[in-house]
Amino acid sequence: MPTTQTQTVTVRIPTPLRSYAGDQKTAEAEGATVGDALADLAERYPDLREQLYDGDGDLRSFVNVYVGDEDIRHTGGAETSLDGGEEVSIVPSVAGGAFG
Amino acid sequence: MRATDDVLNAIRRHGAEAYPEEGCGFLLGEMNADGVRATRVHRAGNERATERERRFTLSPAAYRTAEAAAEDAGLDVVGFYHSHPDAPARPSETDLTEAPFSGYAYVIIGVEDGQPAALTAWQLAPDRSRFVEDDITRDAAATPS
Repeated sequence: MPTTQTQTVTVRIPTPLRSYAGDQKTAEAEGATVGDALADLAERYPDLREQLYDGDGDLRSFVNVYVGDEDIRHTGGAETSLDGGEEVSIVPSVAGGAFG
Repeated sequence: MRATDDVLNAIRRHGAEAYPEEGCGFLLGEMNADGVRATRVHRAGNERATERERRFTLSPAAYRTAEAAAEDAGLDVVGFYHSHPDAPARPSETDLTEAPFSGYAYVIIGVEDGQPAALTAWQLAPDRSRFVEDDITRDAAATPS
């Protein structure tokens, strides 16, 4: 039977979410893909879950994820595979304006 | 929110210079259980392709650039600012919908006829239902440079 390789990565946590992740700037997570690693992170720090995911279980629209310097939107999204040892960054985007 | 005069004046200046478009950027400083202390401004370009007079966008790439600048200075990204040209310095529905996490300071500078007007600070409620106005305490500490 094939076994699923589990990879450990370092996840960079944006400033206001660190209080949900043991007051750390970075946290370790495991997963063969970015989606798996983020799910593992949310498992380890349950208070992070509702910050990162909407009610449908999708990443919130302003939550962007990078592996190294690559935005995962350009590399396969949550299915982006991990080799282990990468830095995965959770990066917010911001928008708005005077009139909707 | 605590902020130095340098930070508040830099926001006013950027708002006036960007007029009639919206100017925007990042606040760098410290964040702890007591709130945000902003000690530096990191200007960014308004990345909206259209309607820049009433909308702004700070991309994730811009956030990463600001985060790197913050780290170099031993600081963190602690909030965002943008201007409201010829509009009140109050969050709009769009500001609420498109704001990221609670905990950041959200600063708005009103600009009237090209001149900086009211400057306000806001906290996003943890349930994302609304913005709550935050007092701005002027911080006399020197801005690190």
